[in-house]
Amino acid sequence: MFQKDTIAAIATGMTNAGIGIIRISGTEAIDIADSVFHAKNPNKTLKNIPSYSALFGNICDGDCVLDEAICLVMRKPNSYTTEDVVEIQCHGGVIVLQNILELLIRFGARAAEPGEFTRRAFLGGRIDITQAESVMDLIHAKNKLAARSSAVQLQGKLSAKIRELREMILNHIAYIESALDDPENYSLEGYSDRLKIQIQETVSQIEELLSTAEEGKMIKEGIRTVILGKPNAGKSSLLNRLLGEERAIVTEIAGTTRDTLEEDAVIQGIPLKIIDTAGIRQTVDTVEKMGVDKAKKSVENADLILYVVDGTRDLDSDDAQIMGLLENQKVIIVVNKTDVEQIVDKQWITSKIDAPIVEISAKTGDGIDKLHECLKDMFFHGKLSMNDEVYITNLRHKQALMEAVNSLQQVLDSIEQQMPEDFLSIDLMAAYEQLGYILGEALEDDLANEIFSKFCMGK
Amino acid sequence: MPQIEETYDVVVVGAGHAGCEAALAAARMGLETIIFTVSMDSVAMMPCNPNVGGSSKGHLVRELDALGGEMGKNIDKTFIQSKMLNESKGPAVHSLRAQADKAEYSRSMRMVLERTEHLTLRQAEVSEILAEGKVITGVKTCSGGIYYAKAVILCTGVYLKARCIFGEVSYSTGPNGLQAANHLTESLVKLGIPVRRFKTGTPARIDKRSIDFSKMTEQKGDEHIVPFSFTNSEEDIKREQVSCWLTYTNEDTHEIIRNNISRSPLFSGAIEGTGPRYCPSIEDKVMKFPDKDRHQVFIEPEGEYTNEMYVGGMSSSLPEDVQYAMYRSVPGLENAKIVRNAYAIEYDCIDATQLKPSLEFKEFQGLYAGGQFNGSSGYEEAAAQGFMAGVNAARAIQGKEPVILDRSQAYIGVLIDDLVTKVTFEPYRMMTSRAEYRLLLRQDNADLRLTDIGYEIGLIDEERYAGFTQKRNAIEEEIKRLESVAVGANKQIQEFLKQAESTPLKTAATLAELIRRPELSYEKIAPIDEGRKPLPPDVVEQININLKYEGYIKRQQQQVEHFKKLEKRQIPTDIDYDDIGNLRKEARQKLKDIRPASVGQASRISGVSPADISVLLIYLSSR
Repeated sequence: MFQKDTIAAIATGMTNAGIGIIRISGTEAIDIADSVFHAKNPNKTLKNIPSYSALFGNICDGDCVLDEAICLVMRKPNSYTTEDVVEIQCHGGVIVLQNILELLIRFGARAAEPGEFTRRAFLGGRIDITQAESVMDLIHAKNKLAARSSAVQLQGKLSAKIRELREMILNHIAYIESALDDPENYSLEGYSDRLKIQIQETVSQIEELLSTAEEGKMIKEGIRTVILGKPNAGKSSLLNRLLGEERAIVTEIAGTTRDTLEEDAVIQGIPLKIIDTAGIRQTVDTVEKMGVDKAKKSVENADLILYVVDGTRDLDSDDAQIMGLLENQKVIIVVNKTDVEQIVDKQWITSKIDAPIVEISAKTGDGIDKLHECLKDMFFHGKLSMNDEVYITNLRHKQALMEAVNSLQQVLDSIEQQMPEDFLSIDLMAAYEQLGYILGEALEDDLANEIFSKFCMGK
Repeated sequence: MPQIEETYDVVVVGAGHAGCEAALAAARMGLETIIFTVSMDSVAMMPCNPNVGGSSKGHLVRELDALGGEMGKNIDKTFIQSKMLNESKGPAVHSLRAQADKAEYSRSMRMVLERTEHLTLRQAEVSEILAEGKVITGVKTCSGGIYYAKAVILCTGVYLKARCIFGEVSYSTGPNGLQAANHLTESLVKLGIPVRRFKTGTPARIDKRSIDFSKMTEQKGDEHIVPFSFTNSEEDIKREQVSCWLTYTNEDTHEIIRNNISRSPLFSGAIEGTGPRYCPSIEDKVMKFPDKDRHQVFIEPEGEYTNEMYVGGMSSSLPEDVQYAMYRSVPGLENAKIVRNAYAIEYDCIDATQLKPSLEFKEFQGLYAGGQFNGSSGYEEAAAQGFMAGVNAARAIQGKEPVILDRSQAYIGVLIDDLVTKVTFEPYRMMTSRAEYRLLLRQDNADLRLTDIGYEIGLIDEERYAGFTQKRNAIEEEIKRLESVAVGANKQIQEFLKQAESTPLKTAATLAELIRRPELSYEKIAPIDEGRKPLPPDVVEQININLKYEGYIKRQQQQVEHFKKLEKRQIPTDIDYDDIGNLRKEARQKLKDIRPASVGQASRISGVSPADISVLLIYLSSR
């Protein structure tokens, strides 16, 4: 991580202010930018324009134009980091920014660590120690968050899968190393053929993980959107409507959702993590009460609350309790069941809560587009933002998976070229390290422990 | 009471593999050196296995030779069988191993010591380290003799408070019944040096006449012998080789062990030291790997003029009667007569994180340590450390900077860095998987990696250095030529390629490109290479390896460049970690304990995170 390689990051926050900036810094910054940027004037490239000048053009992934952009070149040492820096200014939303960043990474940049631009600035003598120290505080806070999020965000199934693949790889390394260390005891005769089959299988499994990552389902990310409301207000129906499929169990019986449900959705290009909760009411049912407590808790970590009001009923003490939870939160009031006669006092609600109000029918889908618009508005006006650390972590995970695949591909190439087995274990080790990075596990003495526990070594 | 008082530059305590290299290096560098041993008959003794080298250990010996050490030359003189291990695998893991004539090895090394200028041998037990404050001034022997010195190198091996154990029997002796050193530990503790207890073991030796070799598989040496020392050619060391023999344990053996396991001091708790996992006793193997129905047993001669045979793979600390039963259950050993019992041995040693990468104690100026005393295991590991300790003690006295090999330069660098950086909980043994850059750290290029350093230290003479430079130039020039000479896709070339079962050319190619093809080599393309001059085989070997594995080698070289950047960032010795606000508590404690010499070393301490390293880097830049 202290290599003077080329780093890239989204410089603007995950809010959308109409313009997004991606910064690239390092020896290959200009080359990498040139390989994805096509200037309107075909005779110009970033490489041949002077420092502190800019070009207008398109960011392209092959033939596919991702966005229009202005690229500003700042050559070393006269840049913030004292290295070559390219700033890509574009106007796409968060998803476009993510796509561009991923594209840059494919072309050789690395997702920057928290505070890495600043660290380079400091090491380059650009900023002084007091500035740097305050940045270091930030790095620590962020690292803590990153560590937590990488643990928290990995869905149990995913981390179990990665762990399984990783153990398999380690076992192969250990076998090869045991055979290298104690060749009279362990033979590698025919081993490459067996390894090849297993590695091909592993590569396709990681690629599968990567494709789910594309859909944004790998890691719990996005704006934490909590659906809140009293029982039978139609919260689960709203979730299903937003997801466009029957996910939560919907019944006429109040209190059906007893736990919280989490789902990912991308609405108007905005990634959401939607959390459906148990209806909040005074209850004596212990299981339901736990659900209610959990719902209250999920409010604490919410980026946005969709407060679902049953338009066919009057407000009651349960609603009062919910409104108490909405203080200092970003809220959209969703009045549901417009397909039936409305009796709720909407004015009274808006007088109590400072939030936009949308009327929908979760059942018929009526008004859902207005809810979409409302979400987009809030997001693009910067009223909503997601935790960017979560996103960065996600991206690094993806990068690690890609690098693991590359290393395993190298193993397969080496087998193809009939390279000796000791070459294989070097790339296997690289893949093992990359997968460990996702789990947040350091290398330590894994290999020695595996060798000694699985193989009977030495005379 | 009147006492003997003598003054030297360097005192070496112990004349095992570490002590011999330490003393030879210091004396050859011109310093008045005295080496102490509890017995003149145990100089360079091999109390366990009768071989030198093996996977990754062979690398150590070759490196040591390139630097100007003695082990390689001595085994070349005294081996009775030689093998290159892993020949079918990549060049990085080829490893030399030679069976030694133990008595000859010891006698020959002693002779080298005796003939070295500035070197004094002395049989005496050192009982005390003398110091003025934190500066070492010499040693005192059990008999009261005082030997002043500017540097003291501790190479006590397994002798400190040594205890040999098998079954219910326990003796306070060193290996082979030699006298243990029972006093020095106290002196160390008094100085404030914490010690700990490790354990190792050895199998029985069996009388050759009682073995039925017809039930075993013969294991011969290689036809073409590669010498350990770069100063020798195959011709120089040609000799008749002696065979080893392979047999196996069986269910009967395992049954005997399981039935008697309660009588093992390991399982009864009589042994407190920590043993190595890679070199387990036979009872460990049987208990930990119950699925294995047999284990290999190697019967290896201990020398040409002895009937003793070493039973490799069956070290044990079981009682005598169980040992008999167990060995006799192995095919070919039915009538075996034991000459020496198998035993476990416990000894005091240190946690080497107390040492700097130069192998000097952080707390004591002039006190160095090498070998098993540092928590390592193996003759080769010991010799490598002893050599470095000797060189650095001598250089300190000469007012020169220490020589520190890093992880990208040598296995010796990996070995010492691991020892002084990571707290190990068992005797440390070298393994090729411990070397991150092993494609670069090959046994075949140890001279190319290290001869310059050996020359700079002053342990490689002009003549050898001239020969080496010639070799290096020959390799470089020939590779340059092969990269530049192209052959066209003409009839003669295509015909040649067809016969060599290689794909025909579409356009012209350089000779180097042809050599890179798996089915071709430098030797094979001779018919189409007209401008070739005859070259020695070691030069040809380097050409083949460098061209064939070029891609991999370049990748590792790039990794090394990154690695070097942090390695070069020195941490001043007076750094106050409490002064660095942002370090995490655990990291601060670890850094305070280990006090790494470079940021690179700091990054390898477990419990120090990348964020801590950022903080450290920023702090260092602000100083």
